[in-house]
Amino acid sequence: MEDFSFQHNVRARAGGTRQTAIVGVVASGNLEVLVERVLPDAECALDIKTAALGFGEVWRAVIGDFVERYSPGGLRFSINDGGARPDTVSLRLAQAVRLIAENGQ
Amino acid sequence: MTSWQNNRAARDARIAAGAGLAHGKIVESRDATRLLEAVIRPGDRVCLEGDNQKQADLLSRALLAVDLSRINDLHMVQSGVVLPEHLDLFDRGVAKRLDYAYSGPQSARIARMLFGGKIALGAVHTYLELFARYFIDLTPHVALIAAVSADREGNLFTGPNTEDTPTVVEATAFKDGVVIAQVNEIVDTVPRVDIPADRVHFIVKSDKPFFVEPLFTRDPSAITEGQILTAMLAIKGIYAPYGVQRLNHGIGFSTAAIELLLPTFGERLGLKGRIATHFALNPHPALIPAIESGWVRQIHSFGSEVGMEDYIRARSDVYFTGPDGSLRSNRAFCQTAGLYACDMFIGSTLQIDLQGNSSTITASRIAGFGGAPNMGADARGRRHPSEPWLRAGAESDPDGAALLRRGRKLVVQIGETFGDKNVPLFVEKLDAIELAEKLNLELAPIMIYGDDVTHIVTEEGVANLLLCRTAQEREQAIRGVAGYTDVGRRRDHSMVAQLRQRGVIRRPEDLGINPLDADRSLLAARSIKDLVRWSGGLYAPPSKFRNW
Repeated sequence: MEDFSFQHNVRARAGGTRQTAIVGVVASGNLEVLVERVLPDAECALDIKTAALGFGEVWRAVIGDFVERYSPGGLRFSINDGGARPDTVSLRLAQAVRLIAENGQ
Repeated sequence: MTSWQNNRAARDARIAAGAGLAHGKIVESRDATRLLEAVIRPGDRVCLEGDNQKQADLLSRALLAVDLSRINDLHMVQSGVVLPEHLDLFDRGVAKRLDYAYSGPQSARIARMLFGGKIALGAVHTYLELFARYFIDLTPHVALIAAVSADREGNLFTGPNTEDTPTVVEATAFKDGVVIAQVNEIVDTVPRVDIPADRVHFIVKSDKPFFVEPLFTRDPSAITEGQILTAMLAIKGIYAPYGVQRLNHGIGFSTAAIELLLPTFGERLGLKGRIATHFALNPHPALIPAIESGWVRQIHSFGSEVGMEDYIRARSDVYFTGPDGSLRSNRAFCQTAGLYACDMFIGSTLQIDLQGNSSTITASRIAGFGGAPNMGADARGRRHPSEPWLRAGAESDPDGAALLRRGRKLVVQIGETFGDKNVPLFVEKLDAIELAEKLNLELAPIMIYGDDVTHIVTEEGVANLLLCRTAQEREQAIRGVAGYTDVGRRRDHSMVAQLRQRGVIRRPEDLGINPLDADRSLLAARSIKDLVRWSGGLYAPPSKFRNW
């Protein structure tokens, strides 16, 4: 197990009004992403628990590209990773943003 | 006086030595080892039919049990090293030299044995190359083959898995060699004659059917969103613009995803009838929905696939079938068809380097190549034009004179940037090169050479190497679709951006594809059971693929 935390300042607040969303599953080669709208609009944070060791630089790159592309302001992501491939991580993060960008509770 | 028929006399002596164990041509299975001891000589070149799928397993065990004082140091010349017994022969000293093409299930052990010096390796061949050498300098003295049934004269019915048998028999029987067949049953009349009796010298009836591996069944339930995305990119970024109608697919999950997206995503793009109509391909169950939806006109096959027999029989407009109604496959002809008559090969690999060279050989596994190298090579002997071939040729040489410019086969490597256990697909240096250095090989075992590769597709996008003008552009085009691998993260960002502007690299958004749409609901079948349903109950999957 390895843990990582990333904090970013972002351009804009994530769309929508939903307060929380969850996508994916904790399974080998997959991951679960819980996203909560709990931070100031110009900040986002990601807490990662991963089953894989030694991928810190890859996580940093994946998260950096994700934040740059989606500007998920106001969101805290809690990630439970079962050793997913980076492209799967990118996809789940994008799915989480899409889900919380819906309107509703 | 010089004799010019020594080999024929030697062949006749071998047959005479074996005849004492036979009634006519028929030998009891308990006498199989004694037959081989009578017929084979030390140092012989032996083809022990190890195909891609079908295995002469009884004859393998019989050969393994021979008296080493009578038979040793054999030179095995067979396309597939698949059964444990194939390697036990080398451990025991029955065999010493090996020339082969494919070793899928034995890849880890064959690597250990090569490093341990148990096997003297000639070369890892492509199929057509090994078959060609059967007729020049690797002609078998003895061929040990597998068939479904024989009549008492020795006519053989190979069933749908004809595979290598006609080629092996042709080279052996017509050059003074001895052909021994194991058969599942002896019948009064064979359903059709795949091998005529006068090319078969002995028949051994096996107590149980020969082993066949269902190698081409991919369970749709295991297809990931990443594979669906790469499949969408391939269809919209390559199949559609080039109008690829004649092609071969590899056996990975990415190409299975393509097959399952044709009736859904492909249909929505209006591509039916314009792409993927003629295949050199094994009977992939994943292609059933596309066939049933009217996409596919014709398929010629290298081998068969367990469970597809009744479906093939009922769809003879699509498949090649014999007078008995069952599939006739032929690896040599289908490899030739894939090489000369297909405009595209698309398949996966385990490692790609910065020049685009690829190999399935890693430090601990020597899997051989299967069909990919012949499918995935530009055929320099090709002369007939087609739209995709001409267009690819024009892209690689825009200033050449049209009437003199060769076309190019589209050779596409598709895969996710990270494979199983997060092992990167892209590497600075292929393990195959290290292997060649360690084993003192004169050539690294490369599956597809970089100068034959025209496109690389990953979840990050499509790289069109035909449009690269320098080695540096090519390297950056490859890095530019290598995702978060070390190779990908070391890209020159500004050069990759320029390549994208020129359309050398195309991202999902450049092709109008949203990665969030890459959903399993796009698959025409999401389980093996769905495939059975599409086939109207004709597809009968082997039990290991049944989970209901």
